[in-house]
Amino acid sequence: MPAPPAPGPGPVRPPVDEPGAMPAPAGEWAIETQGLTKAYRGGRRAVDGLDLAVPRGSVFGFLGPNGCGKTTTIRMLMGLIEPTAGRARVLGQPMPAAGRRVLPRVGALIEGPALYGFLSGRDNLRRFDAADPAADPRTREERVGRALERVGLAAAAGKKARAYSLGMKQRLGLAAALLRPRELLVLDEPTNGLDPQGMREIRALVRELAADGTTVFLSSHLLDEIEQICTHAAVMARGRLLTQGPVADLSATALGSHGHARLTVTTPDTADAARVLKECGVTGVEVTDDRVTGELPHPDAPVGGTGDGAPREVAELNAALVHAGVRVRGFGTARASLEDVFVSLTGEGFDVAG
Amino acid sequence: MSLAEAVARTPRPLWSLGLLGSEITMTFRRWRTLALLAVLAGIPVLVGIAVRIETGDGGPDGGGGGEGGPAFLSQVTHNGLFLVFASLAVTLPFFLPMSVGVIAGDSLAGEASGGTLRYLLVAPAGRTRLLLVKYATTLTFCLVSTLIVALSALATGALLFPLGEVTLLSGTSVSFGEGLLRALAIAVAVAVSLTGVAAIGLFVSTLTTSGIAAMATTVGLLITVQILDSLPQLHALQPYLFPHYWLSFADLLRDPVYWDQLAKNLGLQALYAVVFGSAAWARFSTRDITA
Repeated sequence: MPAPPAPGPGPVRPPVDEPGAMPAPAGEWAIETQGLTKAYRGGRRAVDGLDLAVPRGSVFGFLGPNGCGKTTTIRMLMGLIEPTAGRARVLGQPMPAAGRRVLPRVGALIEGPALYGFLSGRDNLRRFDAADPAADPRTREERVGRALERVGLAAAAGKKARAYSLGMKQRLGLAAALLRPRELLVLDEPTNGLDPQGMREIRALVRELAADGTTVFLSSHLLDEIEQICTHAAVMARGRLLTQGPVADLSATALGSHGHARLTVTTPDTADAARVLKECGVTGVEVTDDRVTGELPHPDAPVGGTGDGAPREVAELNAALVHAGVRVRGFGTARASLEDVFVSLTGEGFDVAG
Repeated sequence: MSLAEAVARTPRPLWSLGLLGSEITMTFRRWRTLALLAVLAGIPVLVGIAVRIETGDGGPDGGGGGEGGPAFLSQVTHNGLFLVFASLAVTLPFFLPMSVGVIAGDSLAGEASGGTLRYLLVAPAGRTRLLLVKYATTLTFCLVSTLIVALSALATGALLFPLGEVTLLSGTSVSFGEGLLRALAIAVAVAVSLTGVAAIGLFVSTLTTSGIAAMATTVGLLITVQILDSLPQLHALQPYLFPHYWLSFADLLRDPVYWDQLAKNLGLQALYAVVFGSAAWARFSTRDITA
């Protein structure tokens, strides 16, 4: 049983920079694209001028509605699809030109697992490992065994892959990506088809890998998932990149002034509460039913900057409310969720892009 | 595991053979391949039993002479070794190339439809290397399937009929040992005859992401060309059709051997292999893998 997930998204988890963890990376970007474009017949652009920059050591969430070009981008990065224009560098080398040198250092799960149903799980891994000309056949058995254990499939390794459940297939696909130590993992919806328990395990595994210094490029439509494990994220819609950066900054830039933590007070005395909050410098105060919400004034402002007299501590707001005789039933703050960011950016929810 | 490990390792040329080994093992372990080989092994047994029953009834002992497949049948009762030649003559026009078409047609299209192609390519197998491995495996299948027909025929012939000196088409007799050698040479000549179909199948396989479609197209092409090859009106075209010199293997049963047609067959197969092999490479090395 892997370790439970680390607490909340919190601020940006700093990229792993323990000395000696990585052998002097060539360049700071694990993935870098410039004007990457793929146009299909008829001129429709599946990916349009993408400038993606994935820092080394990050856990990078790649978000977007279905059909927005995420998978096409991943396929271009992996050399499966030739870009129409623009260029892509993976681990500092141009793709697809340097595929033979780059891809052995990259583990990938692309659009779900694909297996040979008539082979056992173990034989599937042997086969994919044999396809890598840089993989040492002498250590194959050992590496296959380790990869199977890592994804919790050791017990089912002898079963034919066609008898696997979707979750097991997904795990075997992950095992194939982990056959060798990788510098970059590209995972396209890795928790698809897994039960909640399996999702937790995979997330823990991703964190573990990231802690080893592996850059993880994770596409998902599960915003919770991205929020839980990613340090950075990018949002794509209709083939274009809308924003990218550290997860915490993302909400700020995307939501502008609304990007700060939002306060929610539950009280029967809504009018009084709203008045007190406004006096304390809370902006955008709204009342709905028995709840009063508003934007906190710069809760993260650096210490030392003296203010306008507004309470610095959220707790002081509560004290002020109580002092004014407001009966507080509930009091809490929430940072703008990635979902808010996402919806504000794409404005189209999860409908398939046209 | 440390990342330094990942960087330090450099590929060795021999490791590339791992994929070929994996491919051959996988192909010959599939039920489909085994079923094809079982059918091919069964044909000489059927032919042998049919000939045995026919002659057991005291029916007319053979007939016609001259060249062509059926000619060998008349000799089978005198010498079981002729069942090898007869069986190859029976299976070469259709059964052998059909099974080669199945294996070749499915080679890349099957991987594409299963989605495993993308994982092989990001492994990274390398497009050219994967194509070569697939062709080499198909050629291995050509040889193995031909040898299976020959061995099954030899075993059936030895069980049902006498063995002994071999009377060649030109009338001279050679020892049984030399007869066996010539049988082996014929099996190799038949296997070589299949390399053209194999290349066509490989090319078709790069065009589609449906294994079944590729197999059907290849086998359909085979039948079409066989029909074209039998239409006298297309006389001028026929020397360029890949099955045209297939039955030249019978010339190995002459003394001295007539090399003319055998050489033409070899040249024609090489031409097909080069043309369709290049087409397959041109297509596969630039194709967007979206499956």
